[in-house]
Amino acid sequence: MDIMLQALIYLTATVICVPISKRLGMGSVLGYLIAGMLIGPFFLGLIGKEGEDIMHFAEFGVVMMLFLIGLELEPSQFWKMRRSIIGMGSIQMVLTAVIVFLAMMFTGMTWQVSLAIGLAFSMSSTAIVLQTIKEKGLSQTASGQSAFSVLLFQDIMVIPVLAILPLLALESINDSSAIDSSVIGSLPGWLQGLSFFFAVAFIFLGGRYLFIPLLRLVARTRLRELFTASSLLLVIAVSALMKAMGLSPALGAFLAGVVLANSEYRHELESDIEPFKGLLLGLFFIGVGISINFGLIVSKPLIISGLVFFVMITKFIVLYITGRIFRISGDQNLLFSFALSQVGEFAFVLLSFSNQLRLINQEWVDIFMAVTAITMTITPLLLLINERIIDPGFGVKTADENQQPDKIDTKHKVIIAGFGQFGSTISRFLKANGVEATILDHDSDRVEFLRKLGFKVYYGDATRFDLLESAGAGDAKFLIAAIDPPETNLELIATVKKHFPHLNILARAKNRSDAYEMIDQGIRDIYMETQHTSLRLAEDLLNKLGHRRYTVSRLGQKFLKHDNEMIAEMAAHRHDMKKYVIKARETFKYQEELLRKNLSYDAGEGDHCWDSEQIREILLKQ
Amino acid sequence: MKNKILILFSHPRLERSLNQSQLISSIPNIPEITFHDLYEKYPDFDIDVEYEHELLLRHQIIIWQHPFYWYSSPPLLKQWIDLVLSFGWAYGPGGFALQNKMVFNAITTGGQRSAYSNDGHNRFTINQLLAPFEQTAFLCKMIWLPPFVIHGTHRISEDERQNLSILYGKILIKLADGNFNTEEFKKYQYINDWITDNIDNK
Repeated sequence: MDIMLQALIYLTATVICVPISKRLGMGSVLGYLIAGMLIGPFFLGLIGKEGEDIMHFAEFGVVMMLFLIGLELEPSQFWKMRRSIIGMGSIQMVLTAVIVFLAMMFTGMTWQVSLAIGLAFSMSSTAIVLQTIKEKGLSQTASGQSAFSVLLFQDIMVIPVLAILPLLALESINDSSAIDSSVIGSLPGWLQGLSFFFAVAFIFLGGRYLFIPLLRLVARTRLRELFTASSLLLVIAVSALMKAMGLSPALGAFLAGVVLANSEYRHELESDIEPFKGLLLGLFFIGVGISINFGLIVSKPLIISGLVFFVMITKFIVLYITGRIFRISGDQNLLFSFALSQVGEFAFVLLSFSNQLRLINQEWVDIFMAVTAITMTITPLLLLINERIIDPGFGVKTADENQQPDKIDTKHKVIIAGFGQFGSTISRFLKANGVEATILDHDSDRVEFLRKLGFKVYYGDATRFDLLESAGAGDAKFLIAAIDPPETNLELIATVKKHFPHLNILARAKNRSDAYEMIDQGIRDIYMETQHTSLRLAEDLLNKLGHRRYTVSRLGQKFLKHDNEMIAEMAAHRHDMKKYVIKARETFKYQEELLRKNLSYDAGEGDHCWDSEQIREILLKQ
Repeated sequence: MKNKILILFSHPRLERSLNQSQLISSIPNIPEITFHDLYEKYPDFDIDVEYEHELLLRHQIIIWQHPFYWYSSPPLLKQWIDLVLSFGWAYGPGGFALQNKMVFNAITTGGQRSAYSNDGHNRFTINQLLAPFEQTAFLCKMIWLPPFVIHGTHRISEDERQNLSILYGKILIKLADGNFNTEEFKKYQYINDWITDNIDNK
């Protein structure tokens, strides 16, 4: 079929179904799945068998998603999670696989087939679960973190599972020619293990010493599309490497993400990959929808529904027990168990692989594939039921109250845009007082230099909405607009005001006219670069001329206060030129007067208490 | 043996004070006396504690010279006391840095001496009102001397102001000479009276 026509069908289905699904509160995943079912062979028949090819391509979306997750997870945090990854992951996988294995044996299948199915069904869907968790804003909750740990463990386990399957097949067919196409597939086990370490080491070293310098070069060209191309290249290159080694591309991408999480390009990479990931994942979900063989379901309703029921109940119970062992509280554990109760996309891979190995025949593969797709489709519905019906019964606790210590603060409350002299002074002072900020700057050389000095600076154009988003503007509380060119700074303020109205902006202004613009935009906290410094200089001069320092400093404070009041007042008048000029003249006159009077005679407003001469005058009159 | 004197002066608006200006001009220009203008040095109230400690260690007699605002000192002197007389240095365990140094207030106040009595409208004597300073000195194991006081600053005559300032200068010189016994002060309310007695005796 013509690729344009295909694109037309996919995109139309997406644009129609996803907004409706979101509107109905079912989340985007279900929308994509329904779109896939609609255009698939059973309903509209717009897309036929080629839907499966699309799915293989779209699996790349999962790879990108793991890359992005890796980016958001710094190595130190990853290390902190090791206990839950290994602990929860292994309990969940072993228990599920054993129960399914025993059940399959009970129905009379060979132990090899039973084991293959047990392993395939123990996997959950990274794509569906993480997308849903993110959409519902649960990433930082106990359930979200636990789900992530279990999924990560499963991703790692794909490697040994893929290695075990051929061994099972060898028992039955003794034909290893069709096993797999990876470079090292035919190597002995210990060499495969070695190659795994080699690949991981390559990602760590290559990421740090090859890719980051490359990005620096690219950033210097200031061509945005080149940066996007480099980001894509990285993810694709890592996947290709892992595939060649017979390892999971998703795991490789995840590791690459973790390696780059500490780099200055973290947020730029995030915002570049994000749209691709979104589209590909959507395509993947549509592919799942298309692949559901309704014909088969209609012809074997009992077997399939029975299997779906059995698998989901089993997974749910195992997950719930795992959650209990790791002390997840009631409603969080329910959410965690429901979220992971489906069979994941890796089952597709494992099942078709088993079919290639002639472990499982086509008919059963079709049935298991249908079961997998149905469980994936049911998950968003189950979560909806949990959220609407079961959760309220628990007396609705928010995630925050439940699991304070588990909350990992990955994003800072303060964002500093612009890291020149101005921004760096702010940052140094904040840092000295224990406030870590996310810093953005557009000068790649400066970013590199400051990184060497130990500042956590990220490369990127802060006026871009998507970059702000990945820098955490959605969760942050304060944004410091400290970019040097006033036009850029004003552009940033406009973007922030539009997309992140909740952010409290503290803005740097070069001069009065900048300040006026900012006041027009509704900014209250404005800091004129020259104001304090020049006033300080004038204070020091007056002191050198013989005036008392404390008096002069009080005068400076008053002058500053009045100056700021006048700026606010004049911002309103300045569009009326005539009024503006008069007002300005009055202001300057007043300020001079204030200063002169203070130095020579009157203490100005408020300092009478220290002025014994004035008291004396009043007393003597009596 | 000569005594070194540290005058910790605090006045937020010296330009407008005749009495304090006059007092300052009467401070003898001798090497034993250090005049330290707190408001001039710390207009932002950011007191350099280490420097202040060094200064204190180099002197035997400390004078808090200030106008008597609301029965107390101007805020910067309070800030100075809070920050400089630190725990483990001036008081508490190991806090012996100021032990046996002498200290007193040199103050100017609008009220007459009669107003500062138990029958007057200020209801307490100057000595009673200075109790927080006296106790501060006690806690720092310092020797508390009676205050130097100029009363009625708003109505005082030019001559009287002059005389009192000269008296202040004489006190400083006598204290610097060190030719006295701290027991002598016990019978005086004001250090003004001590110097008057001592001059008359000669």
